[in-house]
Amino acid sequence: MTVIAAGLLIVALAAAAGALGGACAPARIRALLAGLLTALSGAGGITAGVAALSGQSWSMRLPHLLPLGSAELSVDPLSGAFLVIIGAVAVAAGVYSVGYTAPGGSHPTDDIEPAHETVPDAGGAASRTCQATLPLFVASMLLVPAAASVTTLLLTWELMALSSLVLVLADHRSRGSVRDAALWYAGMTHAGLAAILVGLVLFAGGTGGESFVSLREGADTLSPGLRSAVFVLTFLGFGSKAGMVPLHVWLPRAHAESPSHVSALMSAAMVNLGVYGVVRVAFDLLGGGPRWWGVLVLAFGCLSATYGVLQATVATDLKRLLGYSTSENVGLMLIGIGAAGIFAADGNRPLAGLLLAAAVLHAANHAAFKALLFLGAGSVLRATGLRDLDRLGGLAARMPATTAMFGFAALAAAALPPGNGFVSEWLLLQGLIHSLTLGGTPSVIVAVSMPLAVAVVALTAGLGAAAFVKAFAVGFLARPRSDAAASASEGPWPMRAAMASMLLVCLTLGLAPALAGAPLTRILAMLPTVRDGAPLAGSGVTLHLAGIAGSMSPLLIAAGLLGVAAVVVALVRSVGARRPRRVALVWGCGGTRLDPRMEYTATSFAEPLMRVFDDVLRPEHDVTVTPYAESRYLVESVQFRQRVPDRVEARIYPPLLAAAAWWGDRSRAVANGSVHRYLAYGFFGFVAVLIVVGFTA
Amino acid sequence: MGLMRKIVRTGRVAEPAPALDAPGSASAGQGSVGPWRTGSVQLRHVDAGSCNGCELEITSAFGPVYDAERYGVRLVASPRHADALLVTGPVTHNMADPLRKAYEAMPAPKGVIAVGDCARNCGVFAGGHGVAGSVRDVLPVDLEVPGCPPEPAVLIAALRGLAGR
Amino acid sequence: MTDHGVTIGSVAAALLQLVLLAAGAPYLIGMMRQVRARLEGRVGAGIGQPWRDLRKQLRKEPMRPDGTSWVFAGAPRVLLASTVLVAVVAPLLSTVSPLAGAADIFAVVSLLLLGTVALAVAGVDTGTAFGGMGASRAMTVAALAEPTILLAGFALSSRVGSSNLADIVAGTLVMPATVLSPASLLAAVAFAVVVVAETGRLPVDNPATHLELTMIHEAMVLEYAGPDLALVELAAGMRLTVLLGLGASLFLPWGIATSAAPLSLLGAAAVLVAKVAALGAILAAFEVFVAKWRLFRVPELLAGSFLFGLLAVSASFFLA
Repeated sequence: MTVIAAGLLIVALAAAAGALGGACAPARIRALLAGLLTALSGAGGITAGVAALSGQSWSMRLPHLLPLGSAELSVDPLSGAFLVIIGAVAVAAGVYSVGYTAPGGSHPTDDIEPAHETVPDAGGAASRTCQATLPLFVASMLLVPAAASVTTLLLTWELMALSSLVLVLADHRSRGSVRDAALWYAGMTHAGLAAILVGLVLFAGGTGGESFVSLREGADTLSPGLRSAVFVLTFLGFGSKAGMVPLHVWLPRAHAESPSHVSALMSAAMVNLGVYGVVRVAFDLLGGGPRWWGVLVLAFGCLSATYGVLQATVATDLKRLLGYSTSENVGLMLIGIGAAGIFAADGNRPLAGLLLAAAVLHAANHAAFKALLFLGAGSVLRATGLRDLDRLGGLAARMPATTAMFGFAALAAAALPPGNGFVSEWLLLQGLIHSLTLGGTPSVIVAVSMPLAVAVVALTAGLGAAAFVKAFAVGFLARPRSDAAASASEGPWPMRAAMASMLLVCLTLGLAPALAGAPLTRILAMLPTVRDGAPLAGSGVTLHLAGIAGSMSPLLIAAGLLGVAAVVVALVRSVGARRPRRVALVWGCGGTRLDPRMEYTATSFAEPLMRVFDDVLRPEHDVTVTPYAESRYLVESVQFRQRVPDRVEARIYPPLLAAAAWWGDRSRAVANGSVHRYLAYGFFGFVAVLIVVGFTA
Repeated sequence: MGLMRKIVRTGRVAEPAPALDAPGSASAGQGSVGPWRTGSVQLRHVDAGSCNGCELEITSAFGPVYDAERYGVRLVASPRHADALLVTGPVTHNMADPLRKAYEAMPAPKGVIAVGDCARNCGVFAGGHGVAGSVRDVLPVDLEVPGCPPEPAVLIAALRGLAGR
Repeated sequence: MTDHGVTIGSVAAALLQLVLLAAGAPYLIGMMRQVRARLEGRVGAGIGQPWRDLRKQLRKEPMRPDGTSWVFAGAPRVLLASTVLVAVVAPLLSTVSPLAGAADIFAVVSLLLLGTVALAVAGVDTGTAFGGMGASRAMTVAALAEPTILLAGFALSSRVGSSNLADIVAGTLVMPATVLSPASLLAAVAFAVVVVAETGRLPVDNPATHLELTMIHEAMVLEYAGPDLALVELAAGMRLTVLLGLGASLFLPWGIATSAAPLSLLGAAAVLVAKVAALGAILAAFEVFVAKWRLFRVPELLAGSFLFGLLAVSASFFLA
């Protein structure tokens, strides 16, 4: 038995035991059992993934497990990378859930006025159903990258969708918005599944086999039109799971409304599987494609990145902000994948390899910091019952560990050194820069798309910094803006331990990214159109690009920052007067003590940027002025409400929903409830099939 | 280009600096206590109830003709950045507390300059119903600049004594 | 490609550059104020005034506003540390750098943004309306200036196929004509706007304002006193100096030493001082002629420079 098989066995057994424990164990140890077994399942995934990344491979065929086909599992380096990512997030989320679902937290029960309606219980995430589903969700996610046939992939994919849907619904009793979010999620994920299903069935039908091996072999025999149809369908299906704009509508809702460890799992692990699917189908199974595939992916990536970061910049709901930032980061990954596709089609292997490596590395980095951010947001939510940044603040003194860890993750998410997001964004930019020198005379497509891609990456870097300064500074610093925030305290220690583990991952990836060099090279070596371009090499300290002049050492930067800061502190000590730091009242221009209501809020912080991007975001303002009865010139109260609706959603989806409703209405005439009529439908339908079969056979 | 011509034609409008008076001449009482004679003085101006006569003179002292900035004296926006408060007018009841807060907000070592007769002894407002007293009644005063209002030259002589330039 | 590596010469060059920048930054600020004063018909406080201010602030008492956290005291240190790191690695004196791994244009830009972010976070941490306002405005400006400077850097680096600053400068030294290429000229315009915006000069921000409502940079540092203020002011001066020096290196690279020989370093130091002083004087003189813009006109300026950056990148592709 190989390490990979052992790891996957642990995944399955631990998940089964966890589900059993979550369903049957007494409430006292339920959380502990389900959480730890979830973590163990994740650890199994890490084991299998690390083994695959270090060069082992493994596959298995279970002929009679599924009714229509055999279940096939196989783990190669590409699967391995995502096994490690998902496994690591699952370990953190599992440990975290032990603390998060413990009694004593505040959970919002009503969406509009969360501060007044918090109930100090364990929330819906502590229920028997959710505890039992959590390990299943993790296991199904871990099996998706291991799936090696169409049936297996679709089965695990659907299992993942359903189990996550149950988890999204955890708090459905207390909040209507949860039910709304789950509805959107269910709709979108199944529309995506349908697209993937049709795409892969077309693929399998064309090649005559449904295992990945036969798909790979038969991919070249398909007609170009069919290949493109397969690519577009699967790309849209996987893209909807990845939160790609405009298929992202479920993401900010579901991520905001689900329990925070589930948000972390969805945002840091599940969304990556969409990216995995795109890479797997386009680069591996189909073996690369024409240039316009890359352009398509690049275009959607640019759209996602820009729109996601814009919405994140103006969002005031902390978890919604993180959700939109997920769309942004997926956009960045898609930019890398799309550009890699363009260069792979041009036969420019080193560049394609570099960009694809950047995308995969960014998936890992994003998973690490986004998991940490969601877990941090969950700690805040549990302590205060609040997600609204306008009511938070003052947590640095009350939740110091959470604040510090969220702060570092925000730094990483803003792609600033020494965070890990900076490394992969740097790598992405390197790939784009060298498109000029390494690509020879650039083709028109490259010359048009690369500058735009660079502009998008640059814009996301700037706006992302603004969004995360807002999230961290307004959410955690200054003085508390509500009583709930003022009475916050750190949650149980497993939550902090889980966050610390993710922090460690962030630090490792951020300071020694060269560790990822060999595994990434192994991933690229298995993709036919990009192999031979060894992207990352060198010592553990400096990140070198093989064949490309470019090196950057995050460790050096971090050490430099620390060293210089230490020197600065020492110099100030020795040169300065060494007077003790005096605590004084905040300078309020001589007025009375400043009220927390006078502080800047997230809304006011983002207001200038909102104005700049007014035409894209189109915020809605309501101003209600109530005058006194005596005179309409004397104002009693002014109410100001601002909402930033999702423009993409408001433009695209209502017509689609209306069309679906119209279709439903039409079909009502056909289905009038008469059993006779239904039987007649059955009869005539069967006859029609027989006639068709008779004529075609 | 009109502005350029104007700059060239106008040239320097600042008057030549008078000789630096002997230190302490402007009744710089506790000069050793404050942050004095470092060639750099930042002032936070507080109008504690002035008639704005002193403000006009202060504005003019920092204008191009007298150019107080050439002696290293600067007006700043926050008491945290300041070495001294530049207080004008009699201290009214409403401004007594803000004045104390502004003094509290300054980092040590720090000083207070009372500008104008009202700040020194309430001037014509002495005994007024809204007046709490002179600046000295509220804060320890390091330096007093007499006059109603003090001429910019007097003000500058006093400020130069603090800056030591 | 230039040779990178830790040699005595390269370390000496980096240290000389750091000392030059740290000691010279306040003089640059003083010189710019002096230029303004003279053009306004005043005498001015002399170019040594910022140093006198700093020396005095260092001896004063540090303060912590009630309700602030470790972020407040940490931010000036992070700001200065990031600036110093940039001042060490940027190829202003010579193209030999002991820390080639950090002399990447994207790393340098990110380090500068890190400083901005640190100060903005601290501005919100004070809990005053002015602090939050300044932070919000600073981040708005940075969010739009950052993409521009990345684009400008991209346009320059895609030409030489490396984002290493020393390589870019060395590449321009080898082929001086590239300075006049459309990509380089467009990038220079974008870069100039960004320098004005990022260092808080007119017409984006008024460095001499006393009116809180018009402030950007000053509003964030209203709560800092004593040594903290000195660090912030020194870092702000150094950022301006580094950015001007970087502009000089990228667009007018002549005079930069290509080896670490003592004589050539000294010569390069003299040239650097002259170039930065000239750029500073031009910037200061320019400020006399413009008024501060309304805050919401500033994004128009930055969007314009973003467009210039995009044109520069496109030009580098189409006119390659």
